[in-house]
Amino acid sequence: MINLHWLYVLAGAVFGSFALSSARDSTNARRWGNTAFWALLTASFWFGDFLGDIGNGVLVLALVAIAGAHLLGKGSRKSTTNDERERYSDTLGNSLFLPALVIPFTAFVGTLVFNYTPVKDTGLIDPKSVTLVLLGAGVIIALIVCYAWLRPTVLAPVEEGGRLADSIGWALVLPQMLAALGVIFAAAGVGTTIGALAGAIIPSGSVFLAVLLYAFGMVVFTMIMGNAFAAFPVMVAAIGIPILIRQDGGDAAVIGAVGMLSGFCGTLMTPMAANFNIVPAALLELKNQYGVIKAQIPTALPLLVANILILYFAAFR
Amino acid sequence: MINYWPLLGIALVVLGFALRFNPLAVVAVAAIVTGLLGHMPFMKVLATLGHGFNENRYVSITYIVLPVIGLLERYGLQQRARALIGRMRGATAGRLLIGYLGFRQVFAALGLKDVAGHAQTVRPLVAPMTLAAAENQHGELDEDTVERVKAMSAATDNVGVFFGEDIFLAIASILLIQASLKGFGIELTPLQLSVWAIPTAICAFLIHGARLLWLDRQLKSFPDKLGEDR
Repeated sequence: MINLHWLYVLAGAVFGSFALSSARDSTNARRWGNTAFWALLTASFWFGDFLGDIGNGVLVLALVAIAGAHLLGKGSRKSTTNDERERYSDTLGNSLFLPALVIPFTAFVGTLVFNYTPVKDTGLIDPKSVTLVLLGAGVIIALIVCYAWLRPTVLAPVEEGGRLADSIGWALVLPQMLAALGVIFAAAGVGTTIGALAGAIIPSGSVFLAVLLYAFGMVVFTMIMGNAFAAFPVMVAAIGIPILIRQDGGDAAVIGAVGMLSGFCGTLMTPMAANFNIVPAALLELKNQYGVIKAQIPTALPLLVANILILYFAAFR
Repeated sequence: MINYWPLLGIALVVLGFALRFNPLAVVAVAAIVTGLLGHMPFMKVLATLGHGFNENRYVSITYIVLPVIGLLERYGLQQRARALIGRMRGATAGRLLIGYLGFRQVFAALGLKDVAGHAQTVRPLVAPMTLAAAENQHGELDEDTVERVKAMSAATDNVGVFFGEDIFLAIASILLIQASLKGFGIELTPLQLSVWAIPTAICAFLIHGARLLWLDRQLKSFPDKLGEDR
């Protein structure tokens, strides 16, 4: 059965190629820092399950040390120039979109085929990670198409992937680091403490104030944890169940669903949700690493107001 | 007696991010401090950190698309995306992003949230197309406007996927809500929960869509003030 483990092997190979590309990049004064960083990540993807928890912990500290000591650099290696790209774009035409669309198309059609045909029963792909596995398949197909059609040098995808990876740099592992921080927060009891605090300041007698505190609690806790999933069980146990549902008789479906969505408004406003907010800023080469968050706040706040109103009027009809 | 000391870890994160230290280092220090204040021995903290990192590797999987995207950029993909939009008369940055917002919400609601994303679609296609449309409306863009249009492209992807995915029954967050409530003896089906994601999804489309139309207006009528007007 093709499961996440196979994808980790593929991802390890890709990170390994970034290491190779960094090692070859003589325009980057700190190339060995980059090489070591990507090589460690390769090791994590290939051998993470054999390193043991302490081994993985040491690996994490090594990644952090490289990034924290500013040993990561960016090269200025030659890809194609803008003029060359304009010319390629004119000659190759709109067919250039096809390899790029192969990836989402494979994931999309593949998921539909998997779910609605007997393929599901063959046990070929782990149902829990179908879309991600098909994303991996799409990448491989797209690479084959590119090699066959554009005939780049063998190492061109390695060089170009490495160029993009170096431009993202340490931000690439930040989402995974924050997920690990979430595990520590949970183990140290941060969630229960915040739940107890929120439960202690609950106003009595006002349903609207309780709704307000529940929604704000979701937002603030999500912003701290970078993830509404960590905040939800805590806020539901502290306010949702005892106050809104049991005491005030609110509709549990609304309080559950819209409570979570209030948390998502928090996700739009926090650097802790790095894969949504910090990585894209690096990918799009924004000058302000908080540029995406800034663009999202004016959507998140009115939407939070909408959520509070939905909670209040739909849950307490 | 509740131990409030681990909350200091949160303060460290906020402080570290605000002072713009390297975020990886900030997170690692906060993790270790939080663990120690939560009465975990150092080796236990290190093991928990390593375990958490290893278990969450799937978060970093989407970067496997980078070699393909980089290769296509080498052959002019971004230029092609611009050229395609540059020829369309009616295309505006706002309308283009509204279309993408709708696409992203509908596909996420069908359970297909990983078909698009910042690496797969925003960097190679959506951002260059939106920039080209903005140039159509506005002429040459100054640096601040480029920055703002790019940021709006990424923001639109996030809003679309966040406020579409919960309409899908089998998404992790719906299952988490169901499981959390079940722990208190409240039994709900995924469908009962996911219908309540629809009102918020509509609000998200209207609010963010209105902001995108506003972006169009600014691109058209206040060509010079756009940079400061934020």
